[in-house]
Amino acid sequence: MRGEERMSGCRDKDQCPHLSAAGVDKREYVVALAGNANVGKSATFNQLTGVEQDIGNWPGKTIERAEGLLQYRGQRIRIIDLPGIYSINALSTEEQISREFIAHDHPDVVVNIVDASALERNLFFTLQLAELDSPLILAVNQMDLAAQKGIHIDTQKLSGLLGVPVIPTIAIQGKGIIALSDAIVSAVRDRPKPHTIRYGREVEDRIEKIMKLLPSGAGGYPPRWSAIKLLEGDTDTVWEVKKEAPDVIAASQVYARELERIHGEPAGTVMSGERYHAAERMVSEVMEIHTHGDQEVTLTERIDRIALHPVLGYLLLILTIGGLLIWTFIIGAWMSEFITTFLAGIAPIRPLVKGSVPEILFNGAWTGFVASLTLIIPYIIPFYLFLALIEDTGFLTRFSMMLDRGMHRMGLHGKAIIPLVLGFGCTVPACFSCRIIESPKQKFLAAFLVTLVPCSARTIVILGVVAVFVNIWWALALYLFDFILIVLLGRIAFRVLPGESVGMIMEMPDYHIPHLPGVLGQTWQRTKSLIWIVLPAYIAGSIVITGAYAMGFLEPINTLLSPVTVLLLGLPLLTGVVFVFGIIRKEMTLLALAALSGTTVFSTIMTPAQLIVFALVAMLYVPCISTIMVLVQEFGWRRAMGITSLETALALGFGTVAIRLLGLIL
Amino acid sequence: MASEQLEEYLESILDIEEKEGIAKTSAIARCMKVAPASVTEALQTLSDKGFVHYEPYKGAYLTDQGREMARKVKRRHRLLEVFLSDVLHITGENVHDEACRMEHTLSDETERALCKMLNAPARCPHGSLIEACDRDVESCSACLKENPLAPTCTRDEHLVPVTSLRPGQKGTIAFIRGDSSVVQRLTDLGLTLKTDILLIRKAPLLGPVEISVRKTRLAIDHVIADHIFVTACAEKSG
Repeated sequence: MRGEERMSGCRDKDQCPHLSAAGVDKREYVVALAGNANVGKSATFNQLTGVEQDIGNWPGKTIERAEGLLQYRGQRIRIIDLPGIYSINALSTEEQISREFIAHDHPDVVVNIVDASALERNLFFTLQLAELDSPLILAVNQMDLAAQKGIHIDTQKLSGLLGVPVIPTIAIQGKGIIALSDAIVSAVRDRPKPHTIRYGREVEDRIEKIMKLLPSGAGGYPPRWSAIKLLEGDTDTVWEVKKEAPDVIAASQVYARELERIHGEPAGTVMSGERYHAAERMVSEVMEIHTHGDQEVTLTERIDRIALHPVLGYLLLILTIGGLLIWTFIIGAWMSEFITTFLAGIAPIRPLVKGSVPEILFNGAWTGFVASLTLIIPYIIPFYLFLALIEDTGFLTRFSMMLDRGMHRMGLHGKAIIPLVLGFGCTVPACFSCRIIESPKQKFLAAFLVTLVPCSARTIVILGVVAVFVNIWWALALYLFDFILIVLLGRIAFRVLPGESVGMIMEMPDYHIPHLPGVLGQTWQRTKSLIWIVLPAYIAGSIVITGAYAMGFLEPINTLLSPVTVLLLGLPLLTGVVFVFGIIRKEMTLLALAALSGTTVFSTIMTPAQLIVFALVAMLYVPCISTIMVLVQEFGWRRAMGITSLETALALGFGTVAIRLLGLIL
Repeated sequence: MASEQLEEYLESILDIEEKEGIAKTSAIARCMKVAPASVTEALQTLSDKGFVHYEPYKGAYLTDQGREMARKVKRRHRLLEVFLSDVLHITGENVHDEACRMEHTLSDETERALCKMLNAPARCPHGSLIEACDRDVESCSACLKENPLAPTCTRDEHLVPVTSLRPGQKGTIAFIRGDSSVVQRLTDLGLTLKTDILLIRKAPLLGPVEISVRKTRLAIDHVIADHIFVTACAEKSG
């Protein structure tokens, strides 16, 4: 569904008579949604634009900015949902995306979404936006949850203090969205600028002195912002100002030293302290807390007593992750069989290649279509559904906390568990989610390990080849081998890679009762984006395989690869082409194998040892094309190729050894 | 008995107490590698001087005075270890043994100067935490900048890392030590000086600690949390 067709916040046409009004402003405005992680930016975005954006209950959900369109009162307003950001002094990639967009791209209005329950911490970021002097609207979200905690906020008064509109909202229920849309429409014209919030005397004096030194309009930023950033020693600002006015840098460094002497802390920390003092002052004026007598233990605390318990917590963790995988494959197998029977009724699947050219091509397309519907989608849907539940409730952050220590052994920290678990579904989104990790070294390390996690595609190869035709224990052994390999490679890479590892600092959200439409919506979003990759790749890939085979193009490739496939790995000749196609998507190896051998009973063409080695190599060698592209985008060609060649070498090395050892046992 | 020996006893008792709650005579004897009879005698002397509470057959625990003394010596011991290994490049066993002999003769002034010279290290070469000193300064960086060493009064309260709070115990942030970007991150998340902080729980196996600050709960890596020093508030009764 396209955003243009929806007018969120006004389901009733009569409420919006302005759509067709004369004098429509042709200009398209840009409005950014920004704020701390996990405050409801994505929920607000969905309500404003009608575009489904994943909503999860872990900080760092939105890792790339999302765009949608709000058409309201004759205005076209492009809404940008930015990743969560705690401070302009950005650390992680996701935060840098937000910082860059707000500071460099100058959106017409920034809608700062704040969590009513933690106003003080949220206002810290608001004050940084005020320093930037960008037109601002404040949406105080999750008013209901705050009210449950006895917190009442006078949004009128807050609006007076900040000098910008303040709208109370409950985004998940759509409350306050009309008021927010109205405020956005007026704000793109009025451009409400926040008041200048003054800090302590010793700080203000120095800000003023630097502002006087700055050449007008240096770097295109407001002078007060530049002055503050220079005091803080912000690298980007220092670098930009240095080009125009190098002497200002020296002066601001002197002032920063003076501040450090007065306060006994680095100037950056002094500034943050000042912002918090200002935030405290505001909160004390606008917030009232009424607690009802005796403090009862919150639901979150009750659950945490189990979820973070030294014994029960780990038990819960094993049960959940184990349950996730078992549930995925039980439900997946059931759905897969159901679809297979259904499709077999429509047209028989004939991987055998014969007949006229159109017939061959149709056969290929049909086989690819059936394979994608029966091999991947049945497994992906239950996986993402269960995962959405773990995310939405908030359990994922608890697993991060419980596993933090263990992850240290691989140079990672607890947050990395999020991409690793996502990796069981599909490697591509899992690699993207590594952006939540702050240090570049750890981010790369996590992405490297994610490419080794058995994703659903690899699991299907292992199950489809080994569990079916050898036995389930060898399939589990392959899994176990993969986990051990991940831990060992993690430890080695941690030592070898340059850069430092930083410990975890992570917000712990309250538990939510899962919001069913949200969970279903998220499952569907993720599945849909995969179908877009899987379906065309399958159909096209399958047509190419059968077509090329029928025309005899595949023999040369097999012959070329035979030294590796036949001599080293001891596999049948036709696996050369199979592995080439597996690069598109790993489960295509199954498809190609079936198409080329003319049978789906793989035990007739390979011995048990060969089947195990085939699955082992398919599991480890070259990550699929989509994964390689993500790695290139995130880390550049050199590192992407490094991972690819390392993993291929490992696959060949282990495969060569395994075929010889397994030959002795099986 | 020489004061050196008494200080060694205090250190051992502190170690054992932290692990086992009360220091039994037998445990002290094992730790110091001496006969239990000598331990009994030493405990008697320490008890007379008001450093420990000693109950025959049960063991000993430190008095406030004794604890302060023991911590001071421990701090000196670990500072000296850093000096010996990082500056003088002494290796192996010798680091500990030398530090053991030197720690008893170090004056307050030398200790301060040593701490400054070593840039207020957080841990000894063996990885144990070096506790904050008892000087009345805002933070280590304030002390490092101070020049020349001015005589200062000592703090009223004892500073502890947030990791030593008990679950449910509150403290007020006194200062944060560590890498500047981490300190900045913590400050931006609301851990500014003099802010109240509540330890909610410690994850098992030296995992992260969960704290609450400004109505936000954060999970913080154990090592980072070791560097957040707080003035502990009295524990809630009941």
